[in-house]
Amino acid sequence: MTVLEAAGLTKHFRARRGIFGGERGVVRAVDGISFAIETGRTLGVVGESGCGKTTTAKLVLGLEDPTGGTIRFEGHDLQELDTPGRRHYRKSVQAVFQDPYASLNPRMRVDAIIAEPLVTNESLSAAEVRGRVLRLLDLVGLPARAADLFPHEFSGGQRQRIAIARALALSPKLVVLDEPVSALDVSIRAQILNLLRDLQAELGLSYLFIAHDLAAVAHMSHTIVVMYLGKIVESGDARTLARTPKHPYTEALFSAALPSHPDERREEIILAGEVPSPLNPPSGCRFHPRCPHAMPRCSEEEPRLAEVEDRLVACHLYDADERRAPIRIAAGAFPGS
Amino acid sequence: MSNSTPSSASYEPTGQRLPVKTGPLLELENLSTHYVSSRGTRVVRAVDQVSLRINAGETLGIVGESGSGKSTLALTILRVLPPAARIVRGRMLFEGEDLVQKSDDEMRHIRGKRIAMILQDPMASLNPLFTIGDQVAEPIRVHEGAGRATAWNRARDLLKSVRIPSPETRVTQYPHEMSGGMRQRIVGAIGISCEPRLLIADEPTTSLDLTIQAQYLNLLRELQRAHGLALIFITHNLGIVAKMCDQLAVMYAGRVVESGPVSQIFNTPAHPYTEALLSSIPRMSDSAQRLTAIEGQPPDLAALPPGCAFAPRCVRALDRCRVEAPPEFTPDRGHTARCWLASGSSLSDTLVQSGRA
Repeated sequence: MTVLEAAGLTKHFRARRGIFGGERGVVRAVDGISFAIETGRTLGVVGESGCGKTTTAKLVLGLEDPTGGTIRFEGHDLQELDTPGRRHYRKSVQAVFQDPYASLNPRMRVDAIIAEPLVTNESLSAAEVRGRVLRLLDLVGLPARAADLFPHEFSGGQRQRIAIARALALSPKLVVLDEPVSALDVSIRAQILNLLRDLQAELGLSYLFIAHDLAAVAHMSHTIVVMYLGKIVESGDARTLARTPKHPYTEALFSAALPSHPDERREEIILAGEVPSPLNPPSGCRFHPRCPHAMPRCSEEEPRLAEVEDRLVACHLYDADERRAPIRIAAGAFPGS
Repeated sequence: MSNSTPSSASYEPTGQRLPVKTGPLLELENLSTHYVSSRGTRVVRAVDQVSLRINAGETLGIVGESGSGKSTLALTILRVLPPAARIVRGRMLFEGEDLVQKSDDEMRHIRGKRIAMILQDPMASLNPLFTIGDQVAEPIRVHEGAGRATAWNRARDLLKSVRIPSPETRVTQYPHEMSGGMRQRIVGAIGISCEPRLLIADEPTTSLDLTIQAQYLNLLRELQRAHGLALIFITHNLGIVAKMCDQLAVMYAGRVVESGPVSQIFNTPAHPYTEALLSSIPRMSDSAQRLTAIEGQPPDLAALPPGCAFAPRCVRALDRCRVEAPPEFTPDRGHTARCWLASGSSLSDTLVQSGRA
């Protein structure tokens, strides 16, 4: 079942020159992307800074309003939801952020931090709230006495567990994980990744997983979406995509990922140049100035995201295979996932 | 070398050829740096009994989690420690001379000239009020007494060698006009400006994007080959070690728990911490497998457990480990491990049992 579906999702920010200056242009942070997240599945989003992955997360969390396209949650368009519907949505979609040192209020006890969403959203007695907090702590592997301590008494990994407990307090359907382990020590990361996978299996959670560590994304996700300058360039089953990338950008990105063993030999594709400004993206295919396979056509015509074998790719190299398929990416809807 | 690095060919090393020396470029012997609180009541053993060596042109990776002492070790080598820190024991032989015994004035002539350092955040290492040209030329003017025009010419060549497009205009610009990747390359240009023998890079790519990181690591390798640099990479990322390094030292709670050739350590780790660390990183190929997590937390350096610091988290800890800290054993030539299990036989039997060998 599809929990959340985005169609043609777009977010443009207007850029101004100065206090009195006129409009200079639009930053196309997210430009017409479509994806779907299935129940109990993980959709991983990868891309470099400026590709729009954080804006996508904000749109899904309702922290930004899209300038175009729709997000449908359990079949309902977010823009058309009434107040109770909106409230239900905000309860069903929660987030865990990168830095557990910044995301927990240092003046609140853990018990109050985890209980806050319960107190504001549900009418429960104090005893019921306390019971739920203790159960949540147990769920994320923290002892009951943690409830009466302050965040500074915990290490980074334990703090991230508290943040996860808070996100789970309202029994959400979808959790947005924005770089959930990059601020943690290497020996702690595996603990948290394992915990997230266990919770998914136990509670049937769906995840939108955003990270720059490609191996972690490949490990956690069922489906991966690769973004470049606000567009999806490739998407498909996580393992196949990681093993045999098709789009030249995905290829370069995954070849730039660091090896896990010194004897690992593979072809290195070093891209020239840097990601251009989304304020003034290149014409045609946005990747063409850095692409090792660029053809004259690439600077003129923007490639469509089309089905190529088992996945979707937006690249003129695969035009021969183009079958004019409708643009839809579904997490878990690929063979072998 | 110049045929493999065409675009840096224009930058000819101006320094004298290195004198033929035998023995390692830098050798640390039983080095300890402790932080002492103002009343002397609290002692943090940030670097404890570290012995390491690095040869000219070699790359050494120092891996550890936050608080393992790897950055303090770098600051110790450069002698730029904060006031609370003291080098309490040991020697640092650099080209045969003990850096611990050098006066502050002598160190000033070594830092930036014979040993240079690249830090994690390029925006913090560049002065926003000075042009790129001024900052790249500064070490050349200070250490070599070159005039402004000469130093600026060298700066332009240096920028070209680190692949900064149109260096003629870039020298007159300021750090905020550059992207993160360019700034880090400029910091690299400052690092190699006086032809150092040793370059210490402390997490040089953590603030960079993946494709930019790949560019930068390749650039560092080319510079290393072209100038015969020895590199010390300080990182928490085992992937960088796998890609870049010849030798590896794993630090835990201020001590080097294992050191040796990279491929040897990756294939047959002798210390349970190294072994656990290697199997806890997700790999591209096996996404279905559950990760092997290391339970527990890294210890507090001010209140270390008696015995081996890793024992409370170690799955193979013996009674002895909790009482007595292991000395450095040598399971193989050039391969050291501070673990009782590495004392007599190698770990191979236990590794076969856990299905890793």
